[in-house]
Amino acid sequence: MSVTQTENGPQAVLDPMLPRTAVIREIQRETENVSTFWLELEDAEAAAAYRFQPGQFNMLYLPGFGEVAISISSDVAEPRLIGHTIRSAGSVTRGIARLQAGDKLGLRGPFGNPWPMEEVRGKSLLIVAGGIGLPPLRPVLMSILRNRSDYGRVLLLYGARKPGELLYTGEYQRWRGGQIESHITVDRADESWTGQVGVVPQLFYRIRLEHENTFVFICGPEIMMRFVIYEALARRIAKDAIFLSLERNMKCGIGLCGHCQFGPVFVCKQGPVLNYAAVEPFFGKEEF
Amino acid sequence: MSTPEFPRIEASVVVAKPALAQILKNLQGAGFTLVGPTRRDDAIQLEEISGVEDLPRGWTEEYGAGYYRLKKISDTVYFAYGPGPHSWKRFLYPSHQKLLTVKRNDGKWTFEPVEDRVPRYAFIGMRSCDVSAIGVLDRVFLGGDFRDPHYARRRASMFILTVWCTHAATTCFCASMKAGPQVQTGFDLAFTEMPDKFLVRVGSEVGAEMLAGTDWVPASAYILGQARKAHQQSEKEQKRQIRTDGLPKTLYDNLEHPRWEQVGRRCLSCGNCTLACPTCFCSTVEDTSNLNASECERTRVWDSCFTLDFSHVNGGNTRPATRARYRQWLTHKLASWIDQFGVSGCVGCGRCITWCPVGIDITEEAGALMEKPATSGAEGAAR
Repeated sequence: MSVTQTENGPQAVLDPMLPRTAVIREIQRETENVSTFWLELEDAEAAAAYRFQPGQFNMLYLPGFGEVAISISSDVAEPRLIGHTIRSAGSVTRGIARLQAGDKLGLRGPFGNPWPMEEVRGKSLLIVAGGIGLPPLRPVLMSILRNRSDYGRVLLLYGARKPGELLYTGEYQRWRGGQIESHITVDRADESWTGQVGVVPQLFYRIRLEHENTFVFICGPEIMMRFVIYEALARRIAKDAIFLSLERNMKCGIGLCGHCQFGPVFVCKQGPVLNYAAVEPFFGKEEF
Repeated sequence: MSTPEFPRIEASVVVAKPALAQILKNLQGAGFTLVGPTRRDDAIQLEEISGVEDLPRGWTEEYGAGYYRLKKISDTVYFAYGPGPHSWKRFLYPSHQKLLTVKRNDGKWTFEPVEDRVPRYAFIGMRSCDVSAIGVLDRVFLGGDFRDPHYARRRASMFILTVWCTHAATTCFCASMKAGPQVQTGFDLAFTEMPDKFLVRVGSEVGAEMLAGTDWVPASAYILGQARKAHQQSEKEQKRQIRTDGLPKTLYDNLEHPRWEQVGRRCLSCGNCTLACPTCFCSTVEDTSNLNASECERTRVWDSCFTLDFSHVNGGNTRPATRARYRQWLTHKLASWIDQFGVSGCVGCGRCITWCPVGIDITEEAGALMEKPATSGAEGAAR
């Protein structure tokens, strides 16, 4: 089958696989292999029009390497500069890690189902994150800090494997100052660490929760999320008050490539933020 | 003359067998590129054809689990083949589709969309299962928030000459999937091959126009009755079936059934079934670039949920075991597809049975779970 170029005008159908050019305005080093890349769409009009919601992601494209789905980690109230906190892990993210301010990337997005911020308005919220699972929840924290009185009690349980892997350490003070009860733990301490030691679900034993009117947002490794859900359910929090953000292989971000399927769900479309009650039959099924 | 120039839509008419050549010529005259079955490499494959002489006249196929052979029969039969190794999806959803070109000059990036010249395809001799499959792909590529522009362009200008079945292959089970053997919509012309003539049902205005110069006559009640018998025969001949009532729930309730382990030990994880399947749509995107990456191309390529890479995320793969990958494929086809697109992903063409090198049979696997679903004990072992 031959595929040939024509001299036709612009496409009638907007091609959802076509990226836009974004410029890296600033790179902020977070840990040894995690940095936050602040991107702005090159086209001034597009940059001004860009909006996203907490929990959504962009497909970032490095020519010659490929695309990768990265959650937006910045404040929705300042959508022109789009923060992406990226761990250098696969070939694309390792390539991105070599870039500098002023360099460019392709960007498609935002995609995906956001955290249900409207639903938790006026309610209490427990935010639980593990490792690189905190960036997709940071826009939630920022939105709450902007409108703190819109929410009831807000708690953050966050953990990393080592103290050096904790993200956004400079912001904990501000979060605590904004009445976000923040409990931080590490799996393994070093001599610098004077805080909690242990895995994230253990932090549940340091807090008391009202089971009514409390929502739980979780993002982290699936094994961690499983035990966090277990602890939340043990405290009589309703299944449909628990939301989690899942990670799956994604090639398109628009529900067409099939890679991110989780049972009936396309994680890129109905997710990445999913209600636990909806995915319970599949969650934790081995290799599903 | 009282006979109108063209039959009306939904009319049934009769044409002599040589009229097929005229119809194909009419299609070519109208600017269509003919695609149809042709005999090559001891198989009946779907290729661009130049006319009626390329059709596999006088050839049929024998099918089985992991078995396929050509067989010579009467030379007067044009359409004696069933679902071969190819499905038609490769013309609407090519295995390699260039998506865009990226150019980087002096720090200026441009993303150039692909505007490929799309042939107007006339698909000749498509079976009902495959007509149904295009209906399924329409929902996948055109039914959601994001439409695939490449599929949309190819789909918009196609012509379908379907052939209603009068016999079933041993691997056929379209009747149980309600996807054949004679689908009543989605075609321009529907042929039923009789010993000395074709009964033609008109599905569209373009279809009617393509009958120009064929000396068509309205079908008599006798011929319609004969055809009906032949159609019923093709349904009765189907030995395989999938019980679809309650199937999605049974599959979801049996994700830890020991049967997955058994089939996982047989499955080679080769992906043949997904490539032969007329509805499997998963793809990946590949980047190719020149040496300094100043010009890159992104190409969409068919992918398969049977590959290890398919589910790769940093830190591992979601489905390292073959058992899990087979379960993903089967539960997607028969259960989650319905949640996603409102229709089953299986049209009962039987290709995955024929082209499985170890002869794994989807009807057998689904049947095993329907007959002996796990008891509460297995559900308890789910954790």
